[in-house]
Amino acid sequence: MAVVVPVPAEKRVAQARMAPPSRFGDKAFEWLTLAMALAVVGLVFLVGWQLAHGSSVAIRRFGFHFLATSTWDPVAEQFGALPFIYGTAVSSLVALAIAVPLSIATAIYLTELAPLWIRQPIVSLIEMLAAIPSVILGLWGIFVMIPWLRTFSFPLLKKFLGWTPLFSGPIYGVSMLAGGIIIAIMILPIITSVSREILRSVPDLQREAAYALGATRWEVTRIAVLSYAKQGLFGAVILGLGRALGETMAVTMVIGNTPQIRASLFAPGYTLASVIANEFTEATTDLYLQALFEIGLVLLGITILANLLAQLLLKTMGAKMTSRAVQ
Amino acid sequence: MQATTASHTWRKIKSAAASGLAFVSAVLVIAPLGLVFLYLLRSGANSINWSFFTELPKPVGVVGGGMVNAIVGSFELLGLASLIGVPIGVLGGVYLAEYGSTRANSMLRFVADVLNGVPSIIWGVVVYGLVVLRFKSFSAYAGGLALGFIMIPLIMRTSEEVLLLVPAGYREASLALGIARWKTIVHIVMKTASKGIITGILLALARVAGETAPLLFTAFGNRFWNHDLKEPIAALPLQIFTYAISPYDDWHRQAWAGALVLVVMIFFVNILVRFLTRERTARFR
Repeated sequence: MAVVVPVPAEKRVAQARMAPPSRFGDKAFEWLTLAMALAVVGLVFLVGWQLAHGSSVAIRRFGFHFLATSTWDPVAEQFGALPFIYGTAVSSLVALAIAVPLSIATAIYLTELAPLWIRQPIVSLIEMLAAIPSVILGLWGIFVMIPWLRTFSFPLLKKFLGWTPLFSGPIYGVSMLAGGIIIAIMILPIITSVSREILRSVPDLQREAAYALGATRWEVTRIAVLSYAKQGLFGAVILGLGRALGETMAVTMVIGNTPQIRASLFAPGYTLASVIANEFTEATTDLYLQALFEIGLVLLGITILANLLAQLLLKTMGAKMTSRAVQ
Repeated sequence: MQATTASHTWRKIKSAAASGLAFVSAVLVIAPLGLVFLYLLRSGANSINWSFFTELPKPVGVVGGGMVNAIVGSFELLGLASLIGVPIGVLGGVYLAEYGSTRANSMLRFVADVLNGVPSIIWGVVVYGLVVLRFKSFSAYAGGLALGFIMIPLIMRTSEEVLLLVPAGYREASLALGIARWKTIVHIVMKTASKGIITGILLALARVAGETAPLLFTAFGNRFWNHDLKEPIAALPLQIFTYAISPYDDWHRQAWAGALVLVVMIFFVNILVRFLTRERTARFR
């Protein structure tokens, strides 16, 4: 039996104010955050549209020949992207050849072998390396690395491997190989930290099973860990490739910026990203600017492809990737 | 029997050799950090003096001068970039953590990660077409916008991560008190995660502070003070680049000094962040 007590007026007002929380605020906030989250999708379209729009005349004029022509002559308005595509591909491959074994071995060291107390300090140092801006690495490259390479490393390589076309020809210092080495330094941290996350996601049961069979440490790593993590590690490498393809400042400062296709790694080269960096503000004619926009479009295309592939490989791996590792 | 022991020893040797190689690799990976920092200190430290932080760049041939306009310019650009990157990034992160369906979220995360992989120079080209061509001038606004675009996916992902760390119980307790969901999110969830969100913002700022490529044809650089954000503006990384590729010894010295200042600022933020996150993870575990 309920007793109805009359509610005083002030209290009624208070109740009315407390009563149903406004739906409007909730809806508005949800839509606001949704709009912000959709900004990333908008940005993808913006980038694609802006580059395609900026290069429409060049695309119509050159067609697919743009990708297969090796003449880059702004004065005669002859534009072909082949030397830059070649330079980007070769410098990135050199970078991967150096960075992949080092990074994966370091990731193995950090997850399987190193004493526990030393792991965190090493991870922190690698994060610091990742934080060094590209332009500063380039500065170091010009004034420290190039002189070393010119006077010491390159002559040595030429002496022992000079019979291969890769290490022949005159030595200038600035070269495709120097570009590759600088890119390798830039992508070491990301491949290492992503590989480390991948290896950490390998279940301990795998390792224990291998140990139980009497395997040595290396055998455990090889049989139980690496074969399990193969796909994810491949994803880490492709992610590194994506970064390598788009690396700009440091490469521009050491690669020599000469649009040519040479077999020798000692010869100067040019990459897609560096030609944009160097010539964009010097583009005097509309067609020149259009051609540079089209170079940007090519660069965007290949980096997006690399990133899509990497994301797919890493995703199916099921490793929980922290954003820290990827940055 | 003899054979088994021999092969066992061989396997042990192989294992030790592999461990040794892995250790050497780790040393080689860290080596560039030490080498770069060593040379920054050696070549940069003696060019840093009071006038570096207080004077404008001197013309070629005149010894001395500083980079004060570039240092201030960098901070202005970071401020402008934050105006774009922080609200969009943080609120987008809120959507991912609090609202979106699993499918929509994995799609958005995927797009954000792909966006993260877009080379920074591309952002320069895009903003050039979007702003510089349209308004017929390089400007601080354009530079800030390019850096802001880069910050968006970075901040979105870190914000989402730290918001998801907030225990569900906090949300439930607040909702049970009849507090509207959006107020719960703003006052309880985001407040609890505020340290982590700030950490993410600082990391993103430290990352774009060193970006040069997107500024080459947006902010463009400036040898003097910039008094109008619609005009070209100097930035520390741009100035380092210009000086590094110049043929003058004095400018090279200035470039090293600028690089040292930039690296010290970036390392400072990174160490600060490490300090902040240590506390955070301790609290949530």
